[in-house]
Amino acid sequence: MAKTKKFLYVNRKAPYGTIYALESLEVVLIGAAFEQDVALAFVDDGVFQLAKGQNTDGIGVKNFSPTFRALGDYDVQKLFVERESLEERGLSEADLIEVVYEDEDDDWAEKSAIHVVGRAEIADIMADADVVLSF
Amino acid sequence: MAYEVNGQTVECDEEGYITNLSEWSKELGEIIAKAEDLEMDDDRWEVVNFLRSYYEEYQIAPAVRVLIKAAKKSMGPEKGNNKYMYELFPYGPAKQACKIAGLPKPTGCV
Repeated sequence: MAKTKKFLYVNRKAPYGTIYALESLEVVLIGAAFEQDVALAFVDDGVFQLAKGQNTDGIGVKNFSPTFRALGDYDVQKLFVERESLEERGLSEADLIEVVYEDEDDDWAEKSAIHVVGRAEIADIMADADVVLSF
Repeated sequence: MAYEVNGQTVECDEEGYITNLSEWSKELGEIIAKAEDLEMDDDRWEVVNFLRSYYEEYQIAPAVRVLIKAAKKSMGPEKGNNKYMYELFPYGPAKQACKIAGLPKPTGCV
């Protein structure tokens, strides 16, 4: 098998108002079928995509935030959220939805896929990726 | 295109997926299955109901690989495998079972 590449999907925009967030998630779900090393980063307004308790009734579009919770089933285990972006928006990790995966190497223990990391670490993660797709 | 259920018309796209998910009913599921040359039995309903509850929870129709993995967990390995699923739904469990379940085509399915 060809060497797997590290894919990083960078999400910078609020979940609604533009199509970027939903399109990014769809690409992630499609791409996950190809058994690459997939990670997601949430920075700037992108952190709102993972906010708990989204309600889209008033704007007539589908609330797709529950779909993030399916990522574990797709073997996507790394969602990096930038701490500074959260803080600048008055959010903390407690305001985010839960995304878990089952760790094959640890007797299928359920683990959180969400990792809150600092801005400098996000830069390292970007530098380390083979392919960066920005949405 | 459309299906007829008890005198009601239910719109669908050119591949037979219904356009308004809220118009689904068990009767409609039977009718879509018939159009797919399938007879609904308990085993097929088990998969269709599973897909509907997966959609309810995650707002997506899962890819085949994910469906089989999740089915393995909730229905056991004798049902959560490719052979079993393709015997029930020869043209693809995700595609055919999703259509019968009134869900959109699975993401990533071409």
